[in-house]
Amino acid sequence: MAAGQATAEPATHTSPGKKRVDFKTKLLTLFVVSTNVLGNFAMAWGLKHQPVDLGISPLGYIRLIFTPWVLLGTSLLILWLLSRMTLLGWADLSYVLPVTSVGYVMSAVLGRIFFGEQVTWHRWLGTGFIVLGIIFVGLTTANTTKQEAAG
Amino acid sequence: MKWLLVGIIVGSTALADILQSLEMKRHSVPAEDLRPGRLGGVLRGLAQRGPLVLAVFFMAISFFAFMKLLSVAELSFSVPATAASVAIETALARLVLRENVSALRWAGAFCVACGVALLAM
Repeated sequence: MAAGQATAEPATHTSPGKKRVDFKTKLLTLFVVSTNVLGNFAMAWGLKHQPVDLGISPLGYIRLIFTPWVLLGTSLLILWLLSRMTLLGWADLSYVLPVTSVGYVMSAVLGRIFFGEQVTWHRWLGTGFIVLGIIFVGLTTANTTKQEAAG
Repeated sequence: MKWLLVGIIVGSTALADILQSLEMKRHSVPAEDLRPGRLGGVLRGLAQRGPLVLAVFFMAISFFAFMKLLSVAELSFSVPATAASVAIETALARLVLRENVSALRWAGAFCVACGVALLAM
């Protein structure tokens, strides 16, 4: 299929093969979001429970990376980086970015529950907008530049 | 201080994502290769691709700036504030990556950007 034709294909006309690709893309998206949210949470937990003074020196950062929670967070974020890289080969950047933004919402919720952070109505409204944006983008075709990416 | 860090994170993330998307579109990883036995080979292959190495460098800058941000600001601010990159990167995806950004997708990116602005208030 020519690139020009691929860009015009509507999301509703899906073959079984295309559905399989979409399922794999969505599954990988879920993995990307989970590793990101849990990674950020573990990092934040480690930083909140570790009295550290991060200056310009890289030594402070390196020491911090080897504390248990930050190490767990870093490992999860490495997994996130690799899985997201793969996802970017399967789907558009303009699709991946908003859809994975659900992680921002989940981070706000975790911040409220586990750290007792004050989440004002501004933040909840902002969170609502992000969710709405994700829904809009989720309704579009994941890949508009290459149709058989996830084979 | 925290807004300077947000700026560093957004800028370096945008550069990293464009580089990653460009390179991964050229040679994507097939789903069959995402098995434990093949992951080593996949990782070695990725590590030999210049644009991906450069992307990881920018991600590292973003990562350390994010660590610093988490130590001076709340999690519920830090994570959403860095979502400002969504609007910038959607525009770059259209201009640099030649993606077909439909009206619905633009609307989605706009909503995310509005959400970020509200979170930052």
